[in-house]
Amino acid sequence: MTTARLSRPAAVAVACGVLLATACTPNATAETSEGAADGLTVTSTADECAVSAATAESGPLTFAITNEGDQVTEFYLLAEDGLRIVSEVENIGPGISRNLVVNARPGSYYTVCKPGMVGDGVGRTAFTVTDSGTTVEASGDEQAQIDDAVANYEAYVEDQVDQLLDGTEDFAAAYSAGDDDEARRLYPTTRMHFERVEPVAESFGDLDPKLDNREADLAEGEEWTGWHRIEKDLWPPADPPYTPLTPTEREVFADQLVEDTTTLRAGVQGVELTLDQLANGAIALMDEVANGKVTGEEEIWSGTDLWDFQGNVEGARVLVDGLRDLLDAKDPELAATLDEDFASLEAELDKHRTSPDGAAQRDITYVSYGELSQADVKALSDRVNALSEPLSRITASLLG
Amino acid sequence: MARTFRISRRKALSLAGVSAAAGVGAGILAGRGTPEATATPADPDLLAYPFYGEHQAGIITPAQDRLHFAVFDVDAISRAELIGLLEDWTAAAARMSQGGSAGAFAPDAGPYEAPPEDTGEAMDLGPSGLTITFGFGPTLFTASDGTDRFGIAARRPRALTALPKFSGDMLEDRISGGDLCIQACADDPQVAVHAIRNLSRIAFGRASLRYSQLGFGRTSSTSTAQVTPRNLFGFKDGTANLKAEDPAAVEEHVWVAEGDDQAWMAGGSYLVSRKVRMNVEPWDRTRLSEQERSIGRTKGAGAPLSGGDEFTAPDFGMQGSGGRPIIEEHSHVRLAHPETNGGARMLRRGYNFVDGNDDLGRLDAGLFFICFQRDPERSFIPVQTRLAGSDILNEYIRHVGSALFAVPGGATEGSYVGARLFEA
Repeated sequence: MTTARLSRPAAVAVACGVLLATACTPNATAETSEGAADGLTVTSTADECAVSAATAESGPLTFAITNEGDQVTEFYLLAEDGLRIVSEVENIGPGISRNLVVNARPGSYYTVCKPGMVGDGVGRTAFTVTDSGTTVEASGDEQAQIDDAVANYEAYVEDQVDQLLDGTEDFAAAYSAGDDDEARRLYPTTRMHFERVEPVAESFGDLDPKLDNREADLAEGEEWTGWHRIEKDLWPPADPPYTPLTPTEREVFADQLVEDTTTLRAGVQGVELTLDQLANGAIALMDEVANGKVTGEEEIWSGTDLWDFQGNVEGARVLVDGLRDLLDAKDPELAATLDEDFASLEAELDKHRTSPDGAAQRDITYVSYGELSQADVKALSDRVNALSEPLSRITASLLG
Repeated sequence: MARTFRISRRKALSLAGVSAAAGVGAGILAGRGTPEATATPADPDLLAYPFYGEHQAGIITPAQDRLHFAVFDVDAISRAELIGLLEDWTAAAARMSQGGSAGAFAPDAGPYEAPPEDTGEAMDLGPSGLTITFGFGPTLFTASDGTDRFGIAARRPRALTALPKFSGDMLEDRISGGDLCIQACADDPQVAVHAIRNLSRIAFGRASLRYSQLGFGRTSSTSTAQVTPRNLFGFKDGTANLKAEDPAAVEEHVWVAEGDDQAWMAGGSYLVSRKVRMNVEPWDRTRLSEQERSIGRTKGAGAPLSGGDEFTAPDFGMQGSGGRPIIEEHSHVRLAHPETNGGARMLRRGYNFVDGNDDLGRLDAGLFFICFQRDPERSFIPVQTRLAGSDILNEYIRHVGSALFAVPGGATEGSYVGARLFEA
């Protein structure tokens, strides 16, 4: 795994604050956004927050905010009480423009800018949204749905990492004891737990390289530990000649793996996630498939890429299913498309599964990646792209 | 013998009524001592840069639109034969860069029963800004078994060794390394290809092509007169590049000085090439916010996220929301910036590439990164070490090819490129 991923979950929460009746999608620059032309403009300076209009009709609104001050600014749409944040956009550098897209319901609001990102902000102005007649999805229980989805997923992550640790302990024991057949059986089936929750599991920056570095990820002189180090020892390459690890070395790597996984488990206990992390996590899982698994680069010694592949897809499916109610309300068409695309990808992957339906976790088997024909890989890759493209819109759909 | 100097090409002939044909080249070249001083001719096809000079052309020359980069392995030939090859290449390159033919005869001249000396596909095209730049790889000096192949091992510069393995490198041997390189850049792709094709033909029996790379859409500007181009991620690339208009910086960071190391390298530079495959499909599915966070600049204007416009210096100390730096710690702009790298700078001269698609129906696309510097150990290597370690972009790229070449200073007329290396 690349180490780049480590900072992703930490950063995804930046853009969006409290998600209530509406949400935020700060994205395109003002000049290029289609919404900006007939939308609202906001000019933020040291002491002003000039909005181009004081009223708008309900429905999707685009605020194109330009920071004409010399400090980083933020823009907020506040509820009638002037306290609750309906939507916001942060981190607008001096001279930079950014859009905030809000699906606004009729009502009274306030707009305010916060140059310097401290204090109560400047230019607080009443803003009225009149009824356009278009129903804006009003779901008083939307926050409850979000809370449920997030809580369920946090529990799922903890459960998968618990199972990962169980499997890792058994795997490490078998490997240390020289029971290579058992270790080879447990290797891919245990790793599936990791792969299912990979975006969260690898967000612990110092742990991921220790656990999941591939040989290619190493810089000159860097120590190699973790799953793939042991993988190479269990499936030693013939060329160039490979020197097997000694029993003592085996024990050192096995113990280290258990220790690092135990640390990981402690890390995910009580992990707090946000809606956009969930949505982006699903996208990230499919990126993992596209970048490493479908190309057979993740498991170059063992050829067990299809277990990882399946783990990533299952993890993405769990996320999308968990967000299902929210997505049905926001973008039912996307929900239906994702159903179809997941089904066809799963069917393609099932062609290469050699264990029966409903096999126990540790008995799941696939063909080795090396046995796939070029046509098989292309078919899988096409289905991954077919799913990933619509999936990449899920965050914007859920938050917009 | 037919005149080959320009008059064999249509564009040159079309100007014959204005000035004597033989003088066309000189007319365009008049009055410029350095490439960056060129006044652009009315017809861009006629743009020509001098071949001979203190430095080789194609380094601080304003980056042309197209690239054909070629790497050769030298056969088991003698030192004298190697020198002969460099002499032949130099003569052909000098002619072609001025719009002439590769050989003494024009493509449609010469003995009727002999194949034309020049392959001919550039006959109707002007010089199109063609520059041809030669470099020497580490293996030209010392073979992998330690053999001093041409009696120049003792003259191998300290910096000219294989680059270290960087984190994440997935290098393919067939597109890495090599004994000699030729960088041909032109504003017309056919002119660049013509140059490499004819130079490889000249080399048969003495050196053969190891790999070559076509590039388009220069990804760096090397002159303030050029707008900053975009890479295949859709972002402006090379905003903070060294520019020819900053001679002091070029002197300090690009050209090897007399006392740096081997005397023959004075006026030369080191070329690092890296073939960087971009996973464009996953990138294209990435949120704009994440794309900008990864790069550290806005996608449209290319302004740093700390504000201003494209050329505003990034403010890495600026705090954003939540007390985090507004330009992320692991963003590309921060990790690659001279401020993060003890002032290390290099002159980047890379090109986009799309080599069709792979077996999975994905574009085989990316950046053919080229940079020039006075000392790779002080610029490219530390910067790439930093990038390979934690650049957010690593998720979307992989380095598949790599090479380092010593680019000697320019040749004087009547001599050849690299002559100082072989002088007593």
